[in-house]
Amino acid sequence: MIANFGFGVLLITFFVALYSVFAAIYGERRQLPSMVESARRAMLLTWPLLTLASLVLIYLLVNNHYEVQFVYEVTSRSMPMYLKITAWWGGQAGSLLFWSWLMAAFTSLVTLRKWDRDREFLPWVIVVACATMAFFIGMNVFFENPFAQLYQTFQGVSAYTLKPADGILFTPEDGRGLNPLLRHPGMIIHPPMLYLGFVAYVIPYAFAMAALITGRTDDRWIRLTRRWSLWAWLFLSFGLVLGGRWAYDVLGWGGYWGWDPVEIAAFMPWLTGTAFLHSVMIQEKRGMLKHWNMLLIILTYALVIFGTFLTRSGVLSSVHSFAQSAIGPLFFAFIGFTLITSVALIIYRWSSLKSETEMTSVLSREALFLFNNLLFMSILVVCFWGVIFPLISELFTGQKVTVGPPFYERATSPLFGGLMLLMGIAPLSAWGHSTVKTLGRALWKPAIAALLITVVLFFTYTQRVGALIGFFLVAFVILVTIYEYWRGAYARQRSQGENVLTAFWNLTGRNRRRYGGYIIHISMMLMAIGILGIEMFQMETQGTLQQGQTISLGNYELTYREVAQWDDLPSGVNYRRAVLDVHEDGEYLGQLAPRIDYYYDSQQNMTIPGQRSTMRDDLYVLLVDWEPVGASGATFKIYINPLVNWLWLGSFLFLAGVVIAAWPEKEAERVPVKARVRVPQKQTSAAD
Amino acid sequence: MRINKFVIGGVLILGAVVFLIWSSTAASAEYFLTVDELNAKGVGVVDKNLRVSGAVIGDSIQYDPQSLTLSFEVAHVPADNLAIESEGGLAEVLHQAVMDPSRARIQVVYVGPKPDLLRNEAQAIMTGRMGEDGVFYAEELLLKCPTRYEEAVPEQAG
Repeated sequence: MIANFGFGVLLITFFVALYSVFAAIYGERRQLPSMVESARRAMLLTWPLLTLASLVLIYLLVNNHYEVQFVYEVTSRSMPMYLKITAWWGGQAGSLLFWSWLMAAFTSLVTLRKWDRDREFLPWVIVVACATMAFFIGMNVFFENPFAQLYQTFQGVSAYTLKPADGILFTPEDGRGLNPLLRHPGMIIHPPMLYLGFVAYVIPYAFAMAALITGRTDDRWIRLTRRWSLWAWLFLSFGLVLGGRWAYDVLGWGGYWGWDPVEIAAFMPWLTGTAFLHSVMIQEKRGMLKHWNMLLIILTYALVIFGTFLTRSGVLSSVHSFAQSAIGPLFFAFIGFTLITSVALIIYRWSSLKSETEMTSVLSREALFLFNNLLFMSILVVCFWGVIFPLISELFTGQKVTVGPPFYERATSPLFGGLMLLMGIAPLSAWGHSTVKTLGRALWKPAIAALLITVVLFFTYTQRVGALIGFFLVAFVILVTIYEYWRGAYARQRSQGENVLTAFWNLTGRNRRRYGGYIIHISMMLMAIGILGIEMFQMETQGTLQQGQTISLGNYELTYREVAQWDDLPSGVNYRRAVLDVHEDGEYLGQLAPRIDYYYDSQQNMTIPGQRSTMRDDLYVLLVDWEPVGASGATFKIYINPLVNWLWLGSFLFLAGVVIAAWPEKEAERVPVKARVRVPQKQTSAAD
Repeated sequence: MRINKFVIGGVLILGAVVFLIWSSTAASAEYFLTVDELNAKGVGVVDKNLRVSGAVIGDSIQYDPQSLTLSFEVAHVPADNLAIESEGGLAEVLHQAVMDPSRARIQVVYVGPKPDLLRNEAQAIMTGRMGEDGVFYAEELLLKCPTRYEEAVPEQAG
């Protein structure tokens, strides 16, 4: 039986991972390098084993083995091949396996590097990574077996891992299939992207724990995992953006983010991860905030596990309706155990994590970074409060009270504003010491320019205070960043005799981290433009039109032309498609074709908007209802989403920025220059 | 003196965050009620933001595409996850709620496009206000169809 074989492989992998944990601990305690090596090899074995188990699962998915419960639940005969393969992570059991598989791949990659200088970390990295992996594989083996098969017994049909005594294998004719809402490219890549991010964060956490256990608490662990945390952050961010894009294209409410508990669950590790990304720089440059960095990575890890659990458990009501299952308490036990152990380790090493220098100036770079961290943590607290508020209120008042999107928007927008302001100021402040005077000298030109832009916007675009503050901050950050970039390039141009483009190129190449970071800042501002646009200026209307009738919204006029309905039998879909002519101020722009797709197998409609996207705004049309013959017309809901394209544009620039910052540098392993007391800004940008 | 600056700054930020959370919670709190509780409280909750969950009665769904007005009835389902589990999972609970004519029901009105997931035995989570006419006016409508995702296998084999 091929499914039983798959389960057997999983079971073996579970024991291999456990063996790896214990062999590493034993070998380290008894100082037996051969034992540690054995643990390392066992760990390297997990990836091929999990690959085999996954291939078995994919084989079952692709070949319609509906006697396997998981296959029955996530695929159907009418689904195309690529959807059957990606159904691997389309349900709980499969996505847990996918998680473990990624974890094994990443841990293997880590151990394949040269460990000469960091040999003492190795056993503990293996312990943390394999214990995490064993937990997830254990979930698969004992609770969520993707290879469980359906058996007919006297009690009816149920899924069993092993054949029950009186059971007969039961094979349904067809599977239930993937929800059509999830059959979208964004939704197919979105979960693995998030998972890549989640899993990659385990690596820096494992090194942090290794540093605490071995007592090698300098910033070596941070340097070793800097790139891992960047890639983790990249995948997590990109996963979030893809999720937003999916919601925008598919869910048909003209939005991209709904402050849903599941979205927040993925957003929370992003918040701590982003704070971590900034605060490690303070430790590297100034030897400060060591406890804080440890806490941040521990928190990130806990939130990653929490996020995996929340997206898969259905403890909170949400549009992401996932099944409830028995694994909730175990997840909480695991999170609790890791949190307590990690914090206990920090307390044990408390004195060796003392800061090497003291923070003196409120406007110094490190102080501003500290503020940035505080703001990120504040947003985290807001999110966490919003998610657990129903539980708290029920506990204390007996009345379940929830908070919706308005709560999050209200509470987080000033905090995001503060972050933007810091993004504008911090790059120009110096490490160690800055004064209002030195900062003011660097900032007044961009600030005046941003103010001018805001005044122009006031007269031409909007008079709303919130939006104007937002646009001012966006302009300010972009101008400061470009100004700073330009100063560096200009200095280079003069000293090296390079032309402008070469100077920019070399400047970025020599200090990828800093300039990659600047590109990321600019990309965040582009995204902010999109968010401001859709949040503040979205317009909507709706109406029922006869053929030839026109409806208008903003400067647009839409004329309903025709409808068609047809079946696509091989895919089991019925299409209803309306066509509208779009005019703007009398000028013909083209046609839009919103659709309703009806999926016969799941008896479900899917509303596909007709979109016309420009950098200025998106025209977003939904076909709401349409009666076939002799009907009174078709009903449309129309949105104008101003500037939303900047959000997607920003996300591409963001990708580029992170790749630049994370790209391997030849001389990355240099010994750090510690505790430079005061570095005037001009010199750093020129010399770097 | 130096330390004071940071302490003051930290306290200010902390205070601002506590204020933000407190005021935003107060401004946007939604009381989560079951249909039973809503019927029991009646007009006492007319002015509050409410969040109500119930099982959609398929036969009661009416949609007027001209005015985009959607109206349907929902039947009482327990709000407690444990209770739902013990009664055989969400799909079973929703099914029972729709089948049982003695369950408390309320009329819901919502203006907007008809959601794709609205159907018999779906779980509707509605945010809105109770009208004095005893009708729940939903501003937001979320739907959950447990059978679309992972649930138990078919009741009986063919």
